[in-house]
Amino acid sequence: MSGPLVLGIETSCDETGVGLVRGQDLLADAVASSVAEHARFGGIVPEVASRAHLEAMQPTVQRALDGAGVRLRDVDAIAVTAGPGLAGALQVGVCAAKAYSLALGKPLYAVNHLAAHIAVDQLEHGPLPRPAVALLVSGGHSSLLLVPDLAGEVVPLGQTIDDAAGEAYDKVARLLGLPFPGGPPIDAAAVSGNAAAISFPRGKYRDGSYDFSFSGLKTSVARWIEARQRSGEHVPVADVAASFQEAVVDVLTRKAVDACRDHGVGHLIIGGGVAANSRLRALAAERCAAAGVAVRVPRPGLCTDNGAMVAALGAELLARGMPPSPLTAPADSSLPVTSVLVG
Amino acid sequence: MLMLAFDTATPAVAVALHDGRAVLAEATTVDARRQGEILAATIASLLARVGLRPADLSVIAVGVGPGPYTSLRAGLATAHALGGALDIGVHGVCTLDVMAREAAPACGRDFLVATDARRREVYWARYGPGGERAEGPGVGPPASLPASLPTAGEGPWLYPDTMGPATGPRYPSAGVLAAMAAEAIGRRVPLLPPNPLYLRRPDARVPGPVKRVTPEPTAAPVAGRE
Repeated sequence: MSGPLVLGIETSCDETGVGLVRGQDLLADAVASSVAEHARFGGIVPEVASRAHLEAMQPTVQRALDGAGVRLRDVDAIAVTAGPGLAGALQVGVCAAKAYSLALGKPLYAVNHLAAHIAVDQLEHGPLPRPAVALLVSGGHSSLLLVPDLAGEVVPLGQTIDDAAGEAYDKVARLLGLPFPGGPPIDAAAVSGNAAAISFPRGKYRDGSYDFSFSGLKTSVARWIEARQRSGEHVPVADVAASFQEAVVDVLTRKAVDACRDHGVGHLIIGGGVAANSRLRALAAERCAAAGVAVRVPRPGLCTDNGAMVAALGAELLARGMPPSPLTAPADSSLPVTSVLVG
Repeated sequence: MLMLAFDTATPAVAVALHDGRAVLAEATTVDARRQGEILAATIASLLARVGLRPADLSVIAVGVGPGPYTSLRAGLATAHALGGALDIGVHGVCTLDVMAREAAPACGRDFLVATDARRREVYWARYGPGGERAEGPGVGPPASLPASLPTAGEGPWLYPDTMGPATGPRYPSAGVLAAMAAEAIGRRVPLLPPNPLYLRRPDARVPGPVKRVTPEPTAAPVAGRE
C-alpha cells in the first residue's frame, strides 16, 4: 500500500465517523453512533447529536488510529465533512479537523458529504468510472447526480421535493409500530411480506423529471392502515412493509436507470444509508443488468455515514492536486452538491 | 511554559498566548455566527506573530461556558483536538469567572456576571467583592436574578431595563483566562475538566401517538386532540 495517509472526519448527522485511508486503501473506519439516544424521539434531535459528537470525537479518532496501527503524526492530510448536514453537528467535526490540521501542519480538505458517499466506492471497487450517475439516498437526502468527474464537476439531476427516502422509511416504521430508524426493520419485515399485496402510489413516477416525492406515499400508507384499523381488521405488517418498500425502490431505480440511459452513461453508483437496503440493491442490480448499466454499491457498512468516505474523497482531491481549504472554511448546513471542496 | 488560552462561550472569539508570566499576544473578534471560522485561523496567526509553532505549546486553557451550545462546542472541539494532537494538557475555566476576575477590582462589592443564553434568558453567576463566586452558574430570565447589582457581561446591554448597572467587561478576555489558569497551575490548584457547561437539557420531546390522516368515522369534533 502506498500513497498519502488521509484522516477523514464525519459529523453531519448522528454518526461520529473517523476513517483512515492510504491512497485508495481503507485502513480503519471507526464509527460512534448516537442513534440509540434519538430512538425514543422518533427522529434525530440535533442538539443531542451535537453533544454526542463532542464526547465521541477523541475516543473515535483514537480507535481509528489504533485500528490502522498508525499515529496521528503519520497523517498527511485531514478531510472533514463541511456540509450539508446539521449545523451544530458539522461544527464539531470541522473544528476538530481544523485543530488537527493546525497542530500537525497538514493540509485540510473541507468536503461535501454527498460527494463523499460517492467517493467511498473507490475503496471497494477501484477508481470511479467517468462519467457516472450517482443515486444518493439516506434519511436526509434523495438525489440523482450526473458525475462527469467527482473532483471537477457534479451536476444535480433531481432530488426529493419533500421527504427523503429514509425519512419515509422512518415515518412508515412508526405507523407500523417498528423502531427508529425505520430502514432496517422495514427491510427485515418485508422479507416475509408480499410486495404486490397493496398498490401504493409511486410519486412523480412518469413526470419526466428526475425528482422524487415520498410524502404522498407515506400518507397513503397511513390511510390504508387507518382504514384497516377502523374496520377492526388486522394490519399485515409484512405486506405493508414489502409493498411500501417496493414503491420506494421502484421509483428510485426506475429514475436512476432513466438518468443513465438519457445521458448515455454506462455506470450507476448508489450510496447513502438507504443503499444498505436489500431490496434496493436487488432491484437496482436487476434493472441495471437489463439496461446494460454497470451498477456499483459499497457494502452496507460504507453506505451509512462514516469517516472512511470523507477520507476517500480527501485522498482523491489530494491525489488530483486540488488546493486545500483554508482554516477559515465554514461549515455549511446547506452546502450545494456542486461544491465538492470548500475553498 | 507556553499556554494557549481561548474562549468561545460568548459572541467573542478570544485567544491569547501566555508564557506563565505575561500575555505574549492576544486577539478578540466579536462575531457570534462565525466562531468556527475564526478560532483556528486566529490561533495560527497569533503563533505566527510571536514566531512560534503549535508544537511549542505546552498547555491549553479553554473557557467551558456556560454559553450558547454551538459556539461553546467550537472552542471545546478545537481544544480537545489540539490537546490530543500535541499531547498536552487541556484545562477548563468557567467563562463567567474570567469576566468576574476582570470586573472585581472596580466593583468593590457583590456583583453579577450575566451573558446571553438566548431565549430571553441569561447565563449568570454572583460574585463577592474579591471576585470569588458565591452563587451559580445558572440560567434564567433576567428578572429572576438578584436585583440591582452591578453586572458584567453582555446581560445589561441586552436587558438594560431589568439588569445592571453595567460594569466590567462585556466579553471575556483570553489574556485574563490565561493568567488565571497559569496561576492555578503554578499553585497546583485543580482547574475544571474541559467539558461544556450546558446548564440546559437538549430540547427534545417524545412524540405523542401517531396523528391520523383520515377523519374519525363519527361526526364528533376532534378539536383538542393531540
